[in-house]
Amino acid sequence: MENKREMTCIICPRGCTLTVELEDKKVLGVKGNACKRGTDYAVAECTAPTRTLTTTVMTESGEVVAVKSNKAVPKELLFDCMKEINACVAPATVKQGDVVISNLLGTGADIVVTSYVE
Amino acid sequence: MTKVSLVIVGGGPAGMSAAVAAYKAGVTDLLILEREAHLGGILRQCIHNGFGLHKFGEELTGPEYAARYAEQVKELGIPYKVGTMVTGITEDKVITAVNPTDGIMHIQAEAIILAMGCRERPKGALNIAGARPSGIYTAGTAQKYVNIKGYMPGKEVVILGSGDIGLIMARRMTLEGAKVKAVCELMPYSGGLARNIEQCLNDFGIPLMLSHTVVQIHGKDRVTGVTIAKVDERRNPIKETEQYIACDTLLLSCGLLPENELTKGAGITMDRITGGAVTDQSRQTSIPGVFACGNVLHVHDLVDYVSEEAEIAGCAAADYLANKQSERVDITVQPVGGVRYTVPQKITSAQDTTVYFRVADVFRDKRVVVKCGDRVISNKKKIKLAPGEMETVKLTAQVLAELAEGTITIGLEE
Repeated sequence: MENKREMTCIICPRGCTLTVELEDKKVLGVKGNACKRGTDYAVAECTAPTRTLTTTVMTESGEVVAVKSNKAVPKELLFDCMKEINACVAPATVKQGDVVISNLLGTGADIVVTSYVE
Repeated sequence: MTKVSLVIVGGGPAGMSAAVAAYKAGVTDLLILEREAHLGGILRQCIHNGFGLHKFGEELTGPEYAARYAEQVKELGIPYKVGTMVTGITEDKVITAVNPTDGIMHIQAEAIILAMGCRERPKGALNIAGARPSGIYTAGTAQKYVNIKGYMPGKEVVILGSGDIGLIMARRMTLEGAKVKAVCELMPYSGGLARNIEQCLNDFGIPLMLSHTVVQIHGKDRVTGVTIAKVDERRNPIKETEQYIACDTLLLSCGLLPENELTKGAGITMDRITGGAVTDQSRQTSIPGVFACGNVLHVHDLVDYVSEEAEIAGCAAADYLANKQSERVDITVQPVGGVRYTVPQKITSAQDTTVYFRVADVFRDKRVVVKCGDRVISNKKKIKLAPGEMETVKLTAQVLAELAEGTITIGLEE
């Protein structure tokens, strides 16, 4: 089955409108992208969509610190990832770059502190 | 009275970037004054990614982007005072500031960079009928509660306004377990970036209701719901389209206002459209030696451009202090046909200049035409232009030197 799908690229603020030609789940071609990353995004979005997750983690001091997944995780696992992260309590002394959870839910992504503590 | 060559008011992305640029250009007697307890400004609570692609070629979160500059400030040994509120600036560059350690300070500066940023349009400016229960926040306040304090402001949320902060908070609240029922936007288009509509709303099935507004807030002690309605072309609510949405929280993301009380207090000439000062290409205001950059000058979409603009102001402040003169020109930049404003508004020196501008509406297949009288300087086709996305045109030193004086217009044509 051949069809077309329109999507907005989220890789950069430019937000290109992409037109993807599909046969079943196979991507035949991508149009409308201003750079190569648009093609990669469209292919991933049509086969296995992923997102970088940013949230906060509670620390032992009672304050939260900002964290991110150091690589994108499967989109359908976002809420499972949130559950795992919200169950975690990090040491009070974490600093930017520290790994709070490694290999989150087997995704291969680490949860890394992004807050900057002076 | 303390004397400092260059005082930078604000330690956010604009202030830090301006300070670093000025220091590297030779200004070593400088001081950053920051109201909050840390350097970094609003970026500290913008924990999402998407910053720095343009400036650093990689995708950073807000705190990571801020850290890149905070570290430079510290490595270079640039002095800064946090927890310090500037309460006044005079025309002859005397700054009054206050903090708990130094008390009230008066500082005589030779040059000043204004980098105070912007604030959100508050509830009081929106004329929404109904009660004033708890549960109404600006999106940025909610962002501070969730990301810095670790509190959730509510469970069932309606968001008025589709600015980027509202979109980002729709996703953030959803991830933390809240139900975001709708994002209402008064205009027929969103003021946010297309990528944020995709990844913050569409990813989670949150409806974006264009040409809709909140006409009434319900609830006595706490918000219990809002009445929303579709609006006509003149933005008046249509009674028959009213619908009630039960919710305990209303977030407002209805625009950002440059925070210019200090600027106005100093008697600096303002631009009615941007809400910021009128500046030349170096971001110098109507008072020689006083510069402005970042969101206090005009609201930017991307922090990368804030940093860039702040570097211009920082270098210009260094040139001013070193008494460097360049070839003078006297050119006014005027927005016409579909263009709402330009920054800078004036050009006083013949150097390569990037002019930022915003359009007044959503346009398709137009030409951005830069003219001086009948002479066309540049003419570039654009497939799509929207008020939410800042545009640029470049003017070369050669063109400006040839012109020397007059008016350059920037407008949209078929």
